[in-house]
Amino acid sequence: MHSPDAISHARLQHHFDTLEQQQQASTLGMWLFLATELLFFGGMFLAYTLYRAWYPDAWVAASHHLDVFWGAFNTVALILSSFTMAMAVHAAQTGSRQGQIVFLVLTMALGTVFLGVKAMEYADKFDHHLVPGPGFLFDDPRYARAAQIFFSVYFAMTGVHALHMVIGLGLLLWLLAGARRGTFTAEYNTPVEMVGLYWHFVDIIWIFLFPLLYLVGHH
Amino acid sequence: MQTAAAPEPSNYLNVAHTVKSWLLTRDHKRIAILYLLGITFFFAVGGLFALGIRLELLTPAGDLFESETYNKLFTMHGVAMVFFFLLPSIPATLGNFLVPMMIGAKDLAFPRINLLSWYVYMIGGLFTLAAALLGGVDTGWTFYTPYSTAASNTHVVLTGVGVFISGFSSILTGLNFIVTIHTMRAPGMTWDRLPLFIWSHYAASIIMILGTPVVAIAVLLVALERLFHIGIFDPNLGGDPVLYQHLFWYYSHPAVYVMVLPGMGVISELVAAFARKAVFGYKFVAYSSLGIAVIGFFVWGHHMYVSSQSIYAGLLFSILTYTVAIPSAIKVFNWTATLYKGSISFESPMIYVFGFIGLFLVGGLTGLYLGAMGLDVHVHDTYFIVAHFHYVMVGATIMAYMGGLHYWWPKITGRMYSEGWAKFAALTIFVGFNLTFFPQFILGYLGMPRRYHMYPPEFQVLNVLSTAGATVLGVGYAVPLIYFTWSFFRGARAPANPWGATGLEWQTPSPPPLENFTTPPVVTQPAYAYAEENAVA
Amino acid sequence: MVEHTQHVAPVRLYVVVFLALLVLTFLTVGVTYVDMGEYNLFVALGIAIFKASLVILYFMHARWSPRLVQIVMLTSLLFIGILASFSFADYLTRGLLGVPGR
Repeated sequence: MHSPDAISHARLQHHFDTLEQQQQASTLGMWLFLATELLFFGGMFLAYTLYRAWYPDAWVAASHHLDVFWGAFNTVALILSSFTMAMAVHAAQTGSRQGQIVFLVLTMALGTVFLGVKAMEYADKFDHHLVPGPGFLFDDPRYARAAQIFFSVYFAMTGVHALHMVIGLGLLLWLLAGARRGTFTAEYNTPVEMVGLYWHFVDIIWIFLFPLLYLVGHH
Repeated sequence: MQTAAAPEPSNYLNVAHTVKSWLLTRDHKRIAILYLLGITFFFAVGGLFALGIRLELLTPAGDLFESETYNKLFTMHGVAMVFFFLLPSIPATLGNFLVPMMIGAKDLAFPRINLLSWYVYMIGGLFTLAAALLGGVDTGWTFYTPYSTAASNTHVVLTGVGVFISGFSSILTGLNFIVTIHTMRAPGMTWDRLPLFIWSHYAASIIMILGTPVVAIAVLLVALERLFHIGIFDPNLGGDPVLYQHLFWYYSHPAVYVMVLPGMGVISELVAAFARKAVFGYKFVAYSSLGIAVIGFFVWGHHMYVSSQSIYAGLLFSILTYTVAIPSAIKVFNWTATLYKGSISFESPMIYVFGFIGLFLVGGLTGLYLGAMGLDVHVHDTYFIVAHFHYVMVGATIMAYMGGLHYWWPKITGRMYSEGWAKFAALTIFVGFNLTFFPQFILGYLGMPRRYHMYPPEFQVLNVLSTAGATVLGVGYAVPLIYFTWSFFRGARAPANPWGATGLEWQTPSPPPLENFTTPPVVTQPAYAYAEENAVA
Repeated sequence: MVEHTQHVAPVRLYVVVFLALLVLTFLTVGVTYVDMGEYNLFVALGIAIFKASLVILYFMHARWSPRLVQIVMLTSLLFIGILASFSFADYLTRGLLGVPGR
């Protein structure tokens, strides 16, 4: 239906007519996927909201066992990584291979820092018996049971979030390999853009997790 | 183009014959066939568990299976049938095959993701199968907490992982459909010219995308609670088990519409083709699909009237439940109106259409009983519920699935099947289904609870009837398996358009060539242009 | 056919957004230590929503995205809203009757 002079490109898949159509399909698909992701986290945010409303005092007491410094540190690491990711997409859009490589590596480094801090925090919770289960110990007996729910929510939400980060790092590694081969250009950079969307989404989840988990009732 | 060529022309089936060409295919038509095989397998697995249930219930005493074994049988029957047969049945087979063809596209938007979704489905299925073989799971297909987290000592985690994984296949299929329908329609295929099959798949895809992740997180949290003792639903800590039910039914009620909406799409196509009329009130039928999909998200609490859900929330959910009846009724009325003064022919697909309308009507109307909170309290967890949801999600969906399979079989395989046997099977399934499940309405109304392996002797006659019906039903399902298999290898060659139907999929050879159309189609008229065709003739 | 839709934002914009996010992060930590009663939660959420909006609009290019993509975003938020509001239709009305378990 389209004349042969329609844009053809090595990266154009056979069932699309143009790169634009292909890129639109990918963008829409990625956003639909992020919609499912949002609903996935939504279930946990619902649990969070319910129990915070039911057990406000225990929530404050339990939240004080999280270290605001490291939470804030990780927030900064993630928004910085979002910035470098946006720059990597920009580099792809402007056809800068060197820029893609530099910014992808930076993004991965910041993601790794985030996960390292997270691992350290988890280890700290283990040391202080704040992991839900038979070994759970809480200093204030009034809140011991509800605090265990807080830490259940904490580990479920940050754990699933961290899993998304790990998957994101894998995707970035894949992009890095492509970037080194010079796959992504000003005409074709959809994968970089799509992984970028995913990475920013994971960042957004953390933007909410940080105040909801770390910043409860410090006044 | 329509002339029968002497050597078989190149099509998607004969381009390659190796196993690898099937297992690594990205052709939506081949993936549809892979799904067809997988789904048939899990249907048989689920059917075997049903066989066990019906055999046990032949006699009042619990003499064939221990109660624990029986619990596992109905659980695994539910899990296999709901997650691995009903949910993917029509979308993953007929939808996969037809969505691109009906809109004039060469393939789905993401062929590799389409193949991935099949593998994900099969891997999820293998996990569930492994759980069944290792000793099974006994929580009921709903995995209600705290039984699933604290009490059951069966393979809840393994089954949950299987369900979780298969959810991804559903999400990926829905995502693929929505993107394809938005971005890949042929020139002239405007939204108001889309076949209603496409509209209903679009609506079902919305549910797959927005609902599935919520049940996924619910099941994941159950698994985490079992494995790592996190306690989000744990009443011992002050957690709320009903929260699990909210999350579960937020998806699992709309999931019923994932099963039945694509079926409604099939019925719309078939009614038009065999009444040789355009579907009455096209826009109403199209929008009612979206209506059902959206309203479906507002009613989940009607599964929870007897939980500790607030009675006021129950009232709200009860009122909203009735509103689902409106778009559902629009569809039934419009199909009926389409039949009015139509030139109806009673080929086997059309028999399934009548079966669908009948079963859906019974299932839908009994749904109104159950939506009423006061009545539901009495028949909750009885066989009335069992009969109701089998009529809606099993009866209706299977009728549409079988009807669609018979209607498009010549297109999919390029072969015809025996019409006589097909009619016999269609009638057998209809009779068998009603004989199996209608007595269960009475049993439930009389007070027989579900999920018990023994019952008082006065219920035996109805239970024997039900088991007899299940046997007839089993025969009804086995017959098509035989003649379809025979047809695939030996059946007479099908012409491009055996039913004289409209629609792009009939304007290409049977079976279709690799990229569906030899010349890219251009659409110039609305769907179901049967009236114009008759006027010309 | 549709024109090339990809929008290339200037680097300067990304830097400004990043700095804004950084400032907002410090702000949200800072206001936590100011006693505003119940409003602490709403301020924290407000800042988080604002930060998320910045990321969505600029880093994720939503400002320049097709209308359909924006609809997908809003729809997913709407359905989160359905999940939350109908669940809370239960939680907020429990116990009104004064009958245990109802």
